[in-house]
Order: sequence, then structure tokens, then C-alpha cells
Amino acid sequence: MTGKQPYVGQALDSPHAFTLAPGPTKHTQYPYVTGTSVLGIKYKDGVLIAADTAGSYGSTVRYKSVERLKPCGKHCLIGASGEISDFQQILTYVDKLILNDYMWDDGNNLSPRDIHNYLTRVMYNKRNNFDPLWNTLVIGGVKNGEKYLGVVTMIGVQFEDNHVASGFGNHLARPIFRDEWHENMTLEEGTQLLEKALTVLYYRDRSAINKVQVANITAEGINISEPYALKTNWEYKAFKNPTAGAVGSW
Amino acid sequence: MEEFGCEWNDAPHSMGTTIMAVQYDGGVILGADSRTTTGVYVANRASDKITELTDNVYICRSGSAADSQIVSDYARYFLNQHTIQLGRDATVKTAANIARELSYGNKSFLECGLIVAGWDKYEKGSVYSIPLGGTILRLPFSTGGSGSSYLYGFLDQAWKEGMNKEEAEELVVKAVSLAMARDGSSGGVVRTVIIDSSGVTRNFYPGDKLPLYYEEIPYRPTVEPMSA
Repeated sequence: MTGKQPYVGQALDSPHAFTLAPGPTKHTQYPYVTGTSVLGIKYKDGVLIAADTAGSYGSTVRYKSVERLKPCGKHCLIGASGEISDFQQILTYVDKLILNDYMWDDGNNLSPRDIHNYLTRVMYNKRNNFDPLWNTLVIGGVKNGEKYLGVVTMIGVQFEDNHVASGFGNHLARPIFRDEWHENMTLEEGTQLLEKALTVLYYRDRSAINKVQVANITAEGINISEPYALKTNWEYKAFKNPTAGAVGSW
Repeated sequence: MEEFGCEWNDAPHSMGTTIMAVQYDGGVILGADSRTTTGVYVANRASDKITELTDNVYICRSGSAADSQIVSDYARYFLNQHTIQLGRDATVKTAANIARELSYGNKSFLECGLIVAGWDKYEKGSVYSIPLGGTILRLPFSTGGSGSSYLYGFLDQAWKEGMNKEEAEELVVKAVSLAMARDGSSGGVVRTVIIDSSGVTRNFYPGDKLPLYYEEIPYRPTVEPMSA
């Protein structure tokens, strides 16, 4: 950085406001405060998306009330895993997008598919500049009767499916979904399926905590539940005395 | 023969640190230790890690001393201009978000964890945590710095909602001194800053007046050795 004069406070609405060095001097970063899995399934009336409320700092569960599911507009919800500061930044981009769309006042508004596409462009573009937003995003919503559920990763990979997950959820929740998901599940069935997967994740993902939110997006609107805890089961005979048959084992 | 232990000549100033802020019913209490290290050497044993951003908002600094100082300086500079333009006191939320923009926008260059806390007439007392990376979270209380690792369990048990000023300050002093007892990068004195509707109060708890914990012993004047 010798010879380069750092400066701050360019026009505050420029993309380089508040940066001490402008332009492409950034490099791939490391995540610090991270969220774990996000799960999503389509059901009869819309889309259900779930995540816990943990913000981990390496192996420490540092924050236990981080909202990783956020509505954008009236028809769409974004859930994020990965670096929380980057998710917070993505929300400001999406806010501007939605505001801009609203200001057209043309009787039309962006669909979940449109928002998914926009985010894919953002994520892929930043990846090409070796300056990624360190997140995997789950985007879900309902517009004009169409139920939409998709994923964008930090390298710009995007796809849609009937059930999706990020992070550990891909390994633990997707197999459950593949087995038990079917078209036109009811709200109860869908919620139970998500809770089953969330419980497994709580047992088996060290970054997961027992404090989850489930969001329901239908044609009527978006409803994100208050955080709640899942029922866990530790009452197995084999758990009470696991080393009886082999003392010293685990 | 190789000289060892001299990395501290050139090691960057780091505030190993324990910092903390707690919201109580009338305002906020900020607390910090006072040790600044360069490697293993204690460069400053009486630092002040609680820095003013505006009359009603202060910031606790941890991590690299240089980085946290420059971020605070820029935040104070922008807030000063903002206050002039706005015509009234800045809110804690604004101050915290300015610090956050600096932290997030320069995330690949900076290594500092911040806690911004203060009082404004809209939200009363508020505490904002800005860890490495530039995440911003409003919380009822927050800790930071290397010493904070030793406080998770303590605070899980000892923090209660609805504390008053005395209880909150007692909690802060106790927590920071417990962290200082175990974290080599934290030590010295405990400084607290109380911010409420009437203004700012600074308190000072010298190192030798802090409570003693497990395996620590009190001072006693030198005693003559017993004769053989």
C-alpha cells in the first residue's frame, strides 16, 4: 500500500464511501460470525423456510438471537447461512432494489424469481472479483400462484427445487426430505417435516442451537414465527449406560 | 546466540482486552480493562479503551490498537459533522452504524472488535456489538476482546434482565476483573463509563482494589525472613 493515499468519505452514496482504500485492493476474506443451515420446502399453500438463530464465532456460539430469515417485499423471503455481516449488506442491496421497484409505481412488483436472479448476479460478480459475499442464500416466495424456492451460493451457483438446504442441512436434512417430502403437503405436515430435520441438525451440527424460526410464505403474505425450541429425546437405554459392555469406550 | 523474546520490539500494539457494555433501565454502563500489549510486553498498563464518539455515545475498543483508534477517530469525525448538520444529538444507532460501515467496508484490512453504547431520547440506553467482519447486532449486553472468552459462562448465569444502575455496574466490574484474572492479555485497572439522560460519569477501579479470586493473595508488607 506504499504510495497509495488512503482516503475516506467519498460521496456517501458511492460504493466506495467509508472505505479507506478504493477499488480492487480487496481479496478473498474469511468468515467471522456465521450462521449455519437454512432449510426450505414447498407445500400446498406456499413455501416454508426455517433456520436457527445462532451466530457462531468459530467454535463459540457467540450470539443466540440472530435473525437469519428476513422478508423482502411482500412476496419473498431470504434466509442466509454464512457470514452475518455480508447477509446484512445483502439486505441493504435488496432493500434498495425493492424500493426502486416500488418507486416505479407501475402496478407491478418483483417476483421471488426476479430477486433470486438479481442476487445471483451480485454473488457471481463479486466472486469473479475475488471479493465474495460469504453466504449461501435460500430464497422463497409465492407470486401469482407460482411457488418459488431457490438457492444461491457464494460462488454464484444458483438453482431451484422443491426442497433445499444450505450447509449441514444438505447432508442431514435433504435425505429426510427426499424420503418424506411430497407434493401438496399441508402446513402441519410441512412444519413437522422441517422440525424433524431441525432436530436432527440440533443433535448433529455443533453450530446449531435449540432456538429456531420457521417462516411461512403464502399468497396472503409472509409470517415469520417467534423463536421457539424443539422437543429433543435423550431417553434411550443405551444412552444411560453406553460403556457397560466395553468399559472405557465412548 | 539467537536473541529471543525480542518480537515485542516490533510486534503491533494489540489490546488483548476485555470490554463490555450493559444496558440498564436508565442508560448503559461500559467497562474495560487497561492493558495494551506488544507481543508479550505490556506497552501501556493504564490505557483508556473507552473512547468518546459524541457527548452521548461512547465506544469500547478491542483488537489492534491502531485499527480501533483510527476507526473511532473517523467515526467521531463523521458524527461531529452529522451532529452539526442534524441540529441535535446523534442517536446511538447512527453512531453504531457509522462504526459498522467503517468496519465492514474495510474488513480485509482491519482487526478490531467494537462495542458502541450510549443514551438517546428515542431508544434510551442501547448497546451495539460490532465484532470482526462488521456484523452489527443490538443486544441487552455485550462482551468483547480476548478476555471475553472467560465470561460466557459467568454472564449466562449472572446477567439478569431489568438490572438497575448499581447492579449493572457491579456486574461489569466483577466480570471484567474475573476476565483479567485469567486472561494474560487483560489487566491493569477497570474503567467504567455510565451514560444516562443526565450525561456521562467515569469511574476508576485500581488493580489492587479489585476483589481477589481463586489462588490470588493479598498484599502484605515485606516480612523479615526467620533466622536460621
